[in-house]
Amino acid sequence: MRILLIEDDREAAVYLSKALREAGHAIDHAADGEEGAHLAAEGAYDVMVVDRMLPKRDGLSVVEDMRGRGDDTPVLILSALGQVDDRVTGLRAGGDDYLTKPYAFSELLARVEALARRRKPGEVETNYTVGDLVLDRLSHTVSRSGSPIVLQPREFRLLEYLMKNAGQVVTRTMLLENVWDYHFDPQTNVIDVHISRLRGKIDKGFEHALLHTVRGAGYMISDANR
Amino acid sequence: MTPIGKVLRTTAFKLSAFYLAVFTVLSLFLIGYISFNTTRVLARHLNDRIETEIRGLAAHYRKTGIRGLVRVVDRRSRQPGASLYLVTDFAGNVLAGNVASLDRDVFDDPDGRPRPVGYRRLDTGDGDISHSALVRVFSLRDGFQILVGRDVGEREHLKRTIGSAVLVAGGTIILLGLISWIFVSRRVLQRIDSISATSRQIMDGDLSGRLQVTGTGDEFDRLAESLNAMLVRIEHLMSGIKHVSDNIAHDLKTPLTRMRNRLEIAKRDERTLTDYKRSLEETIDEADQLIRTFDALLMISRIEAGSTGAAFNPVSVSDIVTGVCELYEPVAEEAGIGFSTDVAETPPVEGNRELIGQAMANVIDNAIKYCATSTAPDGPKIAVFVRHDPDHITCTVVDNGPGIAGPDRVRVLERFVRLDESRSEPGSGLGLSLVDAVVRLHGGRLDLKDNEPGLKAVLSFPLRQGKGQA
Repeated sequence: MRILLIEDDREAAVYLSKALREAGHAIDHAADGEEGAHLAAEGAYDVMVVDRMLPKRDGLSVVEDMRGRGDDTPVLILSALGQVDDRVTGLRAGGDDYLTKPYAFSELLARVEALARRRKPGEVETNYTVGDLVLDRLSHTVSRSGSPIVLQPREFRLLEYLMKNAGQVVTRTMLLENVWDYHFDPQTNVIDVHISRLRGKIDKGFEHALLHTVRGAGYMISDANR
Repeated sequence: MTPIGKVLRTTAFKLSAFYLAVFTVLSLFLIGYISFNTTRVLARHLNDRIETEIRGLAAHYRKTGIRGLVRVVDRRSRQPGASLYLVTDFAGNVLAGNVASLDRDVFDDPDGRPRPVGYRRLDTGDGDISHSALVRVFSLRDGFQILVGRDVGEREHLKRTIGSAVLVAGGTIILLGLISWIFVSRRVLQRIDSISATSRQIMDGDLSGRLQVTGTGDEFDRLAESLNAMLVRIEHLMSGIKHVSDNIAHDLKTPLTRMRNRLEIAKRDERTLTDYKRSLEETIDEADQLIRTFDALLMISRIEAGSTGAAFNPVSVSDIVTGVCELYEPVAEEAGIGFSTDVAETPPVEGNRELIGQAMANVIDNAIKYCATSTAPDGPKIAVFVRHDPDHITCTVVDNGPGIAGPDRVRVLERFVRLDESRSEPGSGLGLSLVDAVVRLHGGRLDLKDNEPGLKAVLSFPLRQGKGQA
C-alpha cells in the first residue's frame, strides 16, 4: 500500500515511516504542508496520514484542497487536539478518521489499514462470511456451520464491524467509536467484556476459534487456522 | 509633548471646544434672526404710521386748504414725542413744522418710499444734535409739499441692545464652555484616568485590583462593574490554571519518577529478553495511564473554564444513560455485581452527548470498582434510575458498597483526591471531578449521598434551561 505521511515532527516521522515500512507499506514523507499538498496532488496514494498542525500550511487546508479537487484518497488526521469538537472539525474538513496524539502505533496501523479497505470499490455487501460463520446484514441473522446464533442488537453490530474488517486488526478504540459511537475513554476495558461474551456465542463449542485477540493491539476475526 | 499640546489632545478639551462652537453658532443665529425680524416689523410699523398721517393731512388740505393744513401741522408738531412735520411752498419756504434743518435732497424725490435722513429738530432743547428719521415727502396741489417722518432713535436703540446682548451671550457661552471643560476634565477624565491606572496595575500582574464604583449608577459605574465582572472571571480562570499546574506538578511527578526508576533498574541489571519486554510493557502501560490522567485533567479544566467548544444540542438523557448502562452491564455481571436499570423517558435537554455519556460512565465505573467489596448479604448490587419532574432530570446511581463517609463526600469531588481505601484501585482520582464539572457545565449539580450502606450519586440536569456555566 502506498502511504503519504505529512508530519513535521522529524522523530515521529522517522519512527512512523520505519514502522509502516516494516508492516509492508511504501511510504512517502513530507515535512510541511506545502510539500505535502504538492505530493498529494502528484502521487496516487492509497491512504494519507496528515498531521493537523504543520509549518507553512495547515493540515486541514491540505485535505480541504484535495477534496475540492475531487480527490477522495482516505485521510487519517493526527492531532494533539483531542477535544470533542476538534474531531468534528477534522472530519468536517474531509478527514476520514481522527487520531489524537499520543497514540499507539498499533492503533495507527489498524486505522490506516481499515481506511485503505474502506476505499476498495465495492457494491454494498449483504453478507459477510468468515470460514463457516455467516452474517446476513439484511435479515440480521448469524449462523455458524448452518446453525443459527442468537445475538443481541449490539453484539450483532460488534460482529458486523469485526467481519467487515475480517483478517485485519481492529483496536478497542475503533470498536468503541464505530459500534458504540463513543469517543471518550471508558477507563475499564469494557470492550474486552463484550468481546468475551461474543466469543462465547460464536466460538464456544467449535474446534476453530475465529475471534482472535491480538496482543497489544486489539481483536481480529479471521479463518487463519484453516 | 508640550503641556499645552497635551491639554489640546484631551477629549475634554475637544468636546468642550466642539460644544462651544456649536452653542456660539446657534446663539448668533438665534439673536440675528430675532433682531432681523424685529427690525423689519418695526420698519413696517413706522411706514404704516407715516402713510396714515400723510393720507390724513392730504385729506385735510383738500378740505381746508393750505391755511387749515398749516394750523393742524402747527398744533401737531408741538405735541411731545410728535412726528416730524414740514410744510413748504413751491419756492421751498417753510410754512409750518418742527424740523430745523434737513438734507435738502429729500425734496428732490417727492412721493417716493419713506427713507432715512439726518435732521435737526426745532422744538426740543437739543437743537444742535443731529437725529435720523424715516421721512416721506408728499406733493400737494399748487406746489406745496408736505413731509412727515418718524424718529428712528427707537430702532437704533434696539440695535444697540441687541449688540450688547450678543456680547453678553458670547461671554456667557465662553464662560459656560470653560466651566464645562473644567467639569468634564476634572470629573470625567479623572475617572477614566483612574480606570487606566487600575488597568495598568492589573497588567503589571496584580489581578486582585478592581475599578472603583462610585455608586452613582452612571455609565462609568456600569463600565466599571462590567470590567470588574470580567476581572473576577479572569482571576477565577487564572487561579484555576494555577491550581491545575500545581496539581500536575505534584501528581504527575510521582508516576513519572516511578517510570524512570523502572527504566533505570531495567537498564542496570542483566536480564533475559522476556524480562526486558515485560519492563517495557509495564512502562508503556504506565505512560498510557499518565496520558489518560493528563487528558482527564485538561478536559476538566477546559470544561470548568467553559472553553470546551463542545456543541450543545437537544439530547435525550434517558437514551444516553441507556447506552452507557448497556456498555457497562456485562462488566458488572462479569464482576459478579447485580445490575438493574429503571430509565424513564425524559424530555430533551440542551447538552453534549459525549460529555454526559462520559460522566455517566465514570459514575457507573466507580460504582462497579468499589461495590465489588460489598459485604451485603444478597451480594453487591448497582441500580441506575432516571426520573424527571417539571424542573429537573435526575440520574441516580446507587450501590451497596462501602460508600463514602460524610465529610469525604465533598472532598472527593476535588481533583486528584482519592480516598485512602481506594489507593489500590487503578484510577487517577479525577473521575468524580470530571462528573462534577460536566454536570455543572449543563447547569446541574452532582450530589453524593449515603445509601446506607453504599453510595448514592445523583446527577440532576435542569429542564427548560440553556447552556449553564460552571
